[in-house]
Amino acid sequence: MAQAVLPREPGRGGIVVPSRGRRRVSEETVAGWTAISPWVVGFLIFTLGPLIASIYFSFTSYDMLRSPRWVGLENYRRLIFDDALLPKALANTFIYALMHVPLHVVTALGVALLLNEARQMQGFFRTIFYLPSMTPAVATAYLWILILNPNDGLVNRGLRFLNLPAPGWTTDPDWTKATIVVSQIWAFGGAMIIYLAALKGVPQDLYEAAKLDGANAWQRFRGVTLPMISGATFFIATISTISSLNVFTQGYVMFDSRGGPENSALFVVMYLFRRAFENFQMGYAAAIAWLLFLIILVVTLIQFRFSKRWVYYEAGET
Amino acid sequence: MAVNTGSTMALPQARAGERTRTAGGPGPRKGRDFGQLGLYAALLGLSALFMFPFAWLVLTSLKPPAEVFSPGLIPEPFTPKNYSDVFKYAPVGRWLWNTTLVSTLAVVTVVFSSSLVAYGFARLRFRGRRALFALVISTYMLPSAVLSIPTFLIWNELGAVNTFYPLWAGNLFGSAFYVFMLRQFLFTIPQDLVDAARLDGASYLRIYWNIMLPLIKPALVAVAVFEFQAKWNDFFVPLIYLNDPNKYTMSLGLGMFKSDYDTQWALWMAASVILTLPMIALFFLAQRFFIEGIATTGQKG
Repeated sequence: MAQAVLPREPGRGGIVVPSRGRRRVSEETVAGWTAISPWVVGFLIFTLGPLIASIYFSFTSYDMLRSPRWVGLENYRRLIFDDALLPKALANTFIYALMHVPLHVVTALGVALLLNEARQMQGFFRTIFYLPSMTPAVATAYLWILILNPNDGLVNRGLRFLNLPAPGWTTDPDWTKATIVVSQIWAFGGAMIIYLAALKGVPQDLYEAAKLDGANAWQRFRGVTLPMISGATFFIATISTISSLNVFTQGYVMFDSRGGPENSALFVVMYLFRRAFENFQMGYAAAIAWLLFLIILVVTLIQFRFSKRWVYYEAGET
Repeated sequence: MAVNTGSTMALPQARAGERTRTAGGPGPRKGRDFGQLGLYAALLGLSALFMFPFAWLVLTSLKPPAEVFSPGLIPEPFTPKNYSDVFKYAPVGRWLWNTTLVSTLAVVTVVFSSSLVAYGFARLRFRGRRALFALVISTYMLPSAVLSIPTFLIWNELGAVNTFYPLWAGNLFGSAFYVFMLRQFLFTIPQDLVDAARLDGASYLRIYWNIMLPLIKPALVAVAVFEFQAKWNDFFVPLIYLNDPNKYTMSLGLGMFKSDYDTQWALWMAASVILTLPMIALFFLAQRFFIEGIATTGQKG
């Protein structure tokens, strides 16, 4: 896609520049390196350096008071075999991601489909559905923790009024993750906008052709819409999986750094934070970070692999 | 001209799509109108559902502190005093100023650094460019948790813990995501403009400043609003670096509120409204850039 709009090569594209051709190449190289120099410096200081340091620290015991002490694979051994909280944090994180990602995709797609049919006031509704996404995470967390308060919260009051069971949203370990999912689904606006753009890009003649072949509305949705917007679905699912596996603020603010009742809302990044910045076990926390990185990498690679089966790309697009 | 280039962000496809749809609409007229009626009923219902938490937030922030959980939605008596009280309970004014300062510094630095780096990658030819750009993309994939610990140790060595530097100074070096986004826009500037400027003897950096920057202004605004929102809302980074309550950002201060003022829910709600309002205002001011920016991001992915 980018290839189509690539600029012609400077100096070689039709304009004849007398006799200065040679010097221009070197001037361009100098200018190029100057332009990207901020990134190069930042990469060395804030990415490559920390990356190498992080690998090193994960093999040490380091409390920031004494200098790091080499312990080999000990951090990883303890992490995998001796840590009772890590499996809990991992399970919580995966359960959260498994609940959040599908709901997020379905909600965003559902509302986008409705909105795409609206002939008038589309912008108005789009704004309404997007506004929750502008709400800062901390405010969202407070808002929902009160609305879902098990005793006096609005939702449970309503459920009791309807004689329905009123769950302990913030007190019952089986419900704390659902509470966070609800608060996060509220902010589905970004995904909805991506879907809206994708839906508008589906060529109308495909629908006409499908109709001529006698496809009903559901078949047109399954056969035309879904494949044509599968690229957007893939993008949304991948991004929201990564952000779900990195969930932190919601758990920390709605509950506490311990992760609420019975650690039921303790997620991997919260656990890492606790080890690093509350217990100052920098080496151990670095090992957790690398474990999380590996998990995210594997999950993302699986998603990419799997995507070849269901994501449709038009020829020429990559 | 500048405006034209900008609105090519996502609109052309959208407009084209709308046109074809209205032209070749399905079904007989009557059935469609009936369907539209049901559609608007559903949209209104959903809007009410999604707007309700906002209404509840604002109404609760105006309730007397003892009445936060009272069944009625309407505050009785109406208590705007919560909003002045919250400034007395906690240094909210200070927090707002800190957040504004950090967000502004972050925006200004990231806009200039990312656009300059993007210009290098999009419009200048030099050896190693492709490989380096692949590196830019791969850093975007790195989870920030992996870098957070060594980065903290660096700032700690520099004596910058409990200052604002760690919250924005990284932006001096550009941000992979914005570099990627701006590079796409820089591709669309016609080479003729560059060639003409070169013939007039302009240097490459002058071309960046005088030709490229003005022409991608709408994309720069999109970067600015995204970054402002990100920094305004951020909780994790301020939590790691700031420990003096007078230096807190608003998000951090409000997040810490819970433990310090455990039963002052009406005040939390007032503070939440104070934190949220600037973002709602930002959205209405820059709606076009948010919507188009997000839509474009999705298509590039």
